[in-house]
Amino acid sequence: MVTSTVVAPVTPADQTRGAEVSTPRRRAVTWLGLVPFGVYVVLFLAVPAVLAIASGFFDGSGAFTLANFAAYTNPTILQNFFASIWISALTAALGAVFGAIICFALLGTRPDRMLRSAVDSASSVLAQFGGVMLAFAFIATIGAQGVLTKWLVSIGFTANVFNNFNGSGPLLYQIPGLVIPYLYFQIPLMVLTFMPAMEGLKSTWAEANATLGGTRFTYWTRIGMPILAPAFFGSLILLFANAFSSYATAAALISQGGIVPLAIRQQLTSETIVGVANVAGVLALGMVVVMIVLMTAYSALQRRASRWRR
Amino acid sequence: MNSKRLMIGAAFAAAVAISLTACAGGSSTPSSTAETSAKTATSAADLGGMDALVSAANAEGQLNVITLPPSWANYGAIIDGFEKKYPSIKINSANPDGSSADEVSAAKAQKGQSTAPDVFDIGTAVLQQNLDLVAPYKVANWADLPADYKDASGKWYYDYTGLMSIGYDSKVITNPPTSMKDLLGSAYNGKVAIKGDPTQANEAASAVYLAALQSGGSADNIQPGIDFFHSLKQAGNFLAVTPTQATVASGETPVVIQWSYNNLAWGAAGGTSGNPDYKTVVLPGTALGSYYNQAINVDAPHPAAARLWEEYIYSPEVQNLYLASGAYPATLAAMQSAGTVDKTVLATVGEPPASFVQLTADQATAAAALLKSGWATAIG
Repeated sequence: MVTSTVVAPVTPADQTRGAEVSTPRRRAVTWLGLVPFGVYVVLFLAVPAVLAIASGFFDGSGAFTLANFAAYTNPTILQNFFASIWISALTAALGAVFGAIICFALLGTRPDRMLRSAVDSASSVLAQFGGVMLAFAFIATIGAQGVLTKWLVSIGFTANVFNNFNGSGPLLYQIPGLVIPYLYFQIPLMVLTFMPAMEGLKSTWAEANATLGGTRFTYWTRIGMPILAPAFFGSLILLFANAFSSYATAAALISQGGIVPLAIRQQLTSETIVGVANVAGVLALGMVVVMIVLMTAYSALQRRASRWRR
Repeated sequence: MNSKRLMIGAAFAAAVAISLTACAGGSSTPSSTAETSAKTATSAADLGGMDALVSAANAEGQLNVITLPPSWANYGAIIDGFEKKYPSIKINSANPDGSSADEVSAAKAQKGQSTAPDVFDIGTAVLQQNLDLVAPYKVANWADLPADYKDASGKWYYDYTGLMSIGYDSKVITNPPTSMKDLLGSAYNGKVAIKGDPTQANEAASAVYLAALQSGGSADNIQPGIDFFHSLKQAGNFLAVTPTQATVASGETPVVIQWSYNNLAWGAAGGTSGNPDYKTVVLPGTALGSYYNQAINVDAPHPAAARLWEEYIYSPEVQNLYLASGAYPATLAAMQSAGTVDKTVLATVGEPPASFVQLTADQATAAAALLKSGWATAIG
């Protein structure tokens, strides 16, 4: 956020923020109102993030070092990054597609009716449903002794996908098995973030399209999708970040490593291999880099997707 | 306009203020002379005897313990017993499922606060790295501990050991396992779990060490153990979920390689929360044990209570409580010769093996290096 020190002459466009003309003094007051939030962000987001990443540049005794970056020559760590990225990408893509379809279906309902608000509230709750509770819900459903697993066994499928995936026991306790619980919170999150964009589609556009001889198909390809694209890809990034940083659900299901957050846990709390806690900071930095690359790609995409507006 | 700088300045000022108040908070210890001497006392005699220690601890009124699960080595009963014996001292038990590394981080992070841990029950590898965190103290029956079970200056002392064992649900596994090789069989498909990641948790690493000892390796060479788990994974028998008392009770983890005192506690001995069909086998051949250590936090917020806890831990009644869970207490030999050992309990648990392997600090370091380089690929 850059506030220019030179106050530009107020143009009519600047006045959209409020009824009154914004003066330098007024702007200072506005900033003052932001202070509590600023303090909160600095204390609970900026400071911990900086400390966590900075820890990667020091060794156990507090001397500056770059040796921790050797972690990136370790094939296991690279494999963890690869697994983290593919599982996040897959659940983000599936979550975005299913979520968008649900939003599309909801468009047909009246916004002031029960169903829409029920789905909305349910999504708000389920999007935050994770960690041990979510893990347990799935253990009870598709774990080795899960209800669904047991039922499949009882009707004759003694070896089914849930209790024998890939020949190595229950699906839920393997990395690919994380897709199922992750989707459980990804889809509601998509509904939550994408629904407002869907609701923003004006019926007049559809009417204009029909008047000019367009079909439903051309309406979606020429009008709907281009307008929704930035919001869709924005949600996709959010879903990716959400899965990429998920720790508690995976930790409750998988005792070994396999994805980056679990590798970070291993480095931080190891009682067998001592003095590797600082490597966790380097892995955190790697996660930040992945997100920066994605955000950069997204903003380029965003610029391209919103060309028609200019 | 300087408003941005002002905001950041204000934010940092607030941050500093908040962190300062956090540091100043809650040191609820009375500042009597007994207090200062309890901090440096290296035995009860330094304070003027047991009665003086008890009254100093009563004045503190609190004791913080950390990473002691109630079902682990009978700690539930041990903590209850302490509160019964010293009713004016309240025990705060933090992070029961944490690791030794978590104990150290808690001691460092909460240094100077009333919530910092007073005493540790800690693995040897982590302890040896953090000897500056512990205060020397010798319990009244210091002589009952064999010389190599304690630090000469009293910084640490062994408390109990289990033996690595295989627990199995006899409803699922009808033929009890007689060797590690049995676990590679098809009856065990997707059923064999260990207590976490060996590159992280000592108990999980000990499962690998046992596999090494049982498959031609030694304490100096644990590679055969890593190879064993690679074969286990290849056979599809390795279950990558952390077992708990609940997963054993529900049958989610039918076979668990862990310390005997945990396997026993999760079986019939666990009562309603245990699994009555869950049996424990200590394999013939070379056994593996590993003593945990007791130590007192040098910055303990309740120094007298911490020292009283150690006196309590090494009293025969509590050493017998360890034994009842299947853990062999450090003073067992002295108790056997003094006749203070609970003979019926010893008969149930079984005599301790004449010899078992315990990795030395150097062997553990070498083993950890092997795990670090080879474990993830072995089960990847």
